Amino acid sequence: MEFLVASAIGVMTAGGLYLVLRLRTFPVIMGMSLLTYAVNVFLFASGRLTIGAPPILMDAERYTDPLPQALVLTAIVISFGMTAVVVMIALGAYLGADDDHVDDPAPAKDGSEGAA
Amino acid sequence: MSLFLIVALPFLGALLPGLMNSAGRSACAGVTFTVTLAALVGLLTNLPAVLAGDVVTAGVDWLPMLGMNFNLMLDGLGFFFAALILGIGLLIITYGRFYLSRDDNMGEFFTYLLLFQGAMVGIVMSDNILLLLVFWELTSLSSFLLIGYWKHLPEGRAGARMALTVTGMGGLAMIGGMLILGQIVGSYDLSVILQNREMIQASPLYLPALILILLGCFTKSAQFPFHFWLPHAMAAPTPVSAYLHSATMVKAGIFLMARMWPVLSGTPEWFMIVTTAGLITMVLGAVIALFKHDLKALLAFSTVSHLGLITMLLGTGTAFGAMAAVFHILNHATFKAALFMSAGIIDHEAHTRDIRRLGGLRHLMPITFVMATLAALSMAGIPYLNGFLSKEMMLEEATHTVLFNTAWLVPALAVVGSLFSAAYCFRLISHTFLGPKRDDYPAHPHDPPFGMWGPPALLVVLVVLIGCLPFLAEPLVRMVTAAVLGGAAEMPHAHLKIWHGLTPALYMSIAAVGGGLLVLMFFRPLLRVWDAAPRPEAKVIFEAVIAAAVAVARWVIHGLHNGAFTRYAAIMVVTVVALGYHGWRTGMVGPATRTMQAAGAIEIAGWAMLVAATLGLVFLHRNRLLSLILIAIVGLMVSVGFVVFSAPDLAMTQLTVEVVTIILLLLALNFLPNRTPIESTVLRRMRDVVVALGGGVTAALMSWHFLLRDTVAPSISEFHLANSYKGGGGTNVVNVILVDFRGFDTFGEIIVLGIAALLIYALTETLLDGPVRARLLNRKPDQPRAGDMHPMMMVVLTRVIMPVVLMVGFYIFLRGHNEPGGGFIAGLIVSVGVVMQYMASGFSWATARQRYPYHGIIGAGVLVAGLTGIGSWFVGKPFLTSDHTYVRIPPFHEVELATAALFDLGVFLAVVGAVMLSLESFSRLARRAHVPDTEHAMDIDPSRDPADPVNPKLEGGL
Repeated sequence: MEFLVASAIGVMTAGGLYLVLRLRTFPVIMGMSLLTYAVNVFLFASGRLTIGAPPILMDAERYTDPLPQALVLTAIVISFGMTAVVVMIALGAYLGADDDHVDDPAPAKDGSEGAA
Repeated sequence: MSLFLIVALPFLGALLPGLMNSAGRSACAGVTFTVTLAALVGLLTNLPAVLAGDVVTAGVDWLPMLGMNFNLMLDGLGFFFAALILGIGLLIITYGRFYLSRDDNMGEFFTYLLLFQGAMVGIVMSDNILLLLVFWELTSLSSFLLIGYWKHLPEGRAGARMALTVTGMGGLAMIGGMLILGQIVGSYDLSVILQNREMIQASPLYLPALILILLGCFTKSAQFPFHFWLPHAMAAPTPVSAYLHSATMVKAGIFLMARMWPVLSGTPEWFMIVTTAGLITMVLGAVIALFKHDLKALLAFSTVSHLGLITMLLGTGTAFGAMAAVFHILNHATFKAALFMSAGIIDHEAHTRDIRRLGGLRHLMPITFVMATLAALSMAGIPYLNGFLSKEMMLEEATHTVLFNTAWLVPALAVVGSLFSAAYCFRLISHTFLGPKRDDYPAHPHDPPFGMWGPPALLVVLVVLIGCLPFLAEPLVRMVTAAVLGGAAEMPHAHLKIWHGLTPALYMSIAAVGGGLLVLMFFRPLLRVWDAAPRPEAKVIFEAVIAAAVAVARWVIHGLHNGAFTRYAAIMVVTVVALGYHGWRTGMVGPATRTMQAAGAIEIAGWAMLVAATLGLVFLHRNRLLSLILIAIVGLMVSVGFVVFSAPDLAMTQLTVEVVTIILLLLALNFLPNRTPIESTVLRRMRDVVVALGGGVTAALMSWHFLLRDTVAPSISEFHLANSYKGGGGTNVVNVILVDFRGFDTFGEIIVLGIAALLIYALTETLLDGPVRARLLNRKPDQPRAGDMHPMMMVVLTRVIMPVVLMVGFYIFLRGHNEPGGGFIAGLIVSVGVVMQYMASGFSWATARQRYPYHGIIGAGVLVAGLTGIGSWFVGKPFLTSDHTYVRIPPFHEVELATAALFDLGVFLAVVGAVMLSLESFSRLARRAHVPDTEHAMDIDPSRDPADPVNPKLEGGL
């Protein structure tokens, strides 16, 4: 079980990083979403993996660690807001300049303000 | 009056001139004058205490942990300077009222002036060196604004920049020096520091602290080699030059040297650095001043020279030197401010300050002639004027000062400095006022109105009064000197008087004045020599240094920050992995303490789907629609994972967020290209694969290692589990943490979420207002549209399901405190329900039925949450303390009523508002793009008359 979670985190991180390194906005957004999953799961896993133990107080013998869950819950919601803002910026850039490249064009050789 | 009020008055008053601007120039100056006068009167109310030798203090703790306290003190030295600042300030304000023309924005000018005045008063009254630094920087900033006040003049802007750069760098050095000083003593309070002379001078850090503090003082007071900024600052309006660059700001460095005199002076290092710098500045400034043709430049360099004189006197480290320095500060402030104002009058009336174009003005401007002549003669050191007295004391002190083991060096240089000083004063008088009247002045000069010559005249009266009756100034000088000396030296017995007998100082004085007259006689040949001689131009050097710094900065920044964001990301990943590896190699890994848990077939299947979807996403990411589906699978599997690992709240949140995220991305994809073209080379892709794999392997290994080990220290989760029901009244620990234990965090988070949504809204508005709007309107969809935009099945189904969705949301919300659920999840569920209406029935239809704007819902949510938190103040508890009780409304289950539920309501509203505002903004873009958007919910509505689609007969029924 631990192996599955650890490797899943690794796979999502690697995939996310690869996509973040792409040149167009949309794959970068996809990559950031993947990284968000990876980070959320990673944070969640810092409470260690517990199967069949509730975070709800009842007549249970053991409980799962509720703290990372609370932290990750808000992280999920905030990451939606973040994704939405990034998507909006990407969209605005594309609609404004008809170009969805992530990188600025290479600056002119003479060192002038070509990059701007 | 309280010291706080004296310091605060100019700052508070700075708000007024701008407001009074429309009331006229006199009102504007009048209010400034009144504020300054009030501060001066307040200062004078403290005079009896200061005269009695007390130190008036006032203080509040600001950041006591850092040793930074708002402590003010007023002793003789501070009183003297504050009185100078405010008193001369009054004269300058009067003068400025008449000097500035109708085109100048007077409110702006006086606002800056009052800011500067407050900062200066703050410096001289600070009892805390960190507070002093704050005011110190404020003077640099406000003087920047004042020097560059005439924004249309390029030299004004350049001069302001240069002054800010030089004094700012000095200020930076001084911060370092002050921090070291505070570390040595263990306190940042001046009153404590001043008691610890031995401790400071014995410390090995004494020299660095001294050098850094002196750098600050020298740059501010324009000492060699930082003297060059002052003449360039003369591009400022003359009232500014007279105020900042003769009487106050340039004296700030001198003030600080005097303030620190008891603890820093008396060592060979202090003597060597300060005396040498002062001597060089004095001679250099005087020589350059002689050959300047611009009246203000001449005065600027003479100021540099006189500041050097004062610095040298402080550098000698003797009590007599300190007394002479104090006396000269007073004298210099009077005659130099008067001279600057006279120069301003000449400039104002004759429209030129070039000495070569002036001459013969004594007939045309008799009042100005008398004032300027008296002030200049005082500066030259002529008896019965105050400059003579302090210059004699300086020469007297110079005869006792031995530098570099050479007894004649200091006296000789002092005579040379005084000689040139006398020479430029004589030149100023003779070349401006004497000689025949000319007929080629740019304007017809005449004496100005009283408002302009009154202030300098008052100063000239002081010049003569102190010069003839020096004993009048003696109590003041003795009081200030005593404050400078502190307990470090005995008060000198000398008295201020005109006739000391036939002393060496008198002969030196005579030599200086006689030599000065001689130099003036041979001025023309000397000028030719001067013009022919090569000399370094400080401005050119300064600009070269700045240009070099800019070039280096540009090279570094453009090299590292070339706009290739992908490169930054790669560098960051590699760095993080390398750091992690370093930690791994140098750290210790304990043995595994947890056993692996067995995985069933279902878990393995879920894992396989997640991995497959991720890999598929990587390989197929060029097809953007497909990648959306694949990422949804990843999200789904993560939600399932949360279920498996006992996190029902997380699973529900992830699932609902997944829905809105995908809708959002679909809306965005509507405008973006559907495919990502292949652009990067194989080599680059290989590089990215290596980087990504490195990051992935690192993350996996780290997770693997900590999953098999227990936490090193016991987790605080136990506390939450134990107190969730007792303290928070809920059994769902996750929810109680969110709304109770860490409610403040959550409060911040919903605010962030709201800000993100508002940002999206604002961006959409900007896009729709700009050129993008036309582009959107002309845009043709790149894919065929669905023939049936609002299918009847979907419309009916979503409407039927809407109450159910709302009910589920309500239920999830209510039970959240005890069972999985809560405001976040309920908010997302309700949002999904509303979004369905948008999707099925169209934007117009949904918007028409929307009762409250989403901004308002966000605001209401934050407000509800915040007010809930504030509510606990009324029962004397800290912010967000919760309380709860249980009630049973008969047909329902027992329901808990907790204030936390009210807070959760705020969370719910904020989430609904934020999600909906984001999605709505996106769809507004889409709506502009594809105009055909009917207000009818269904394309084919059986209840509508098909023959007349515009006027449906049963519209009101829906």
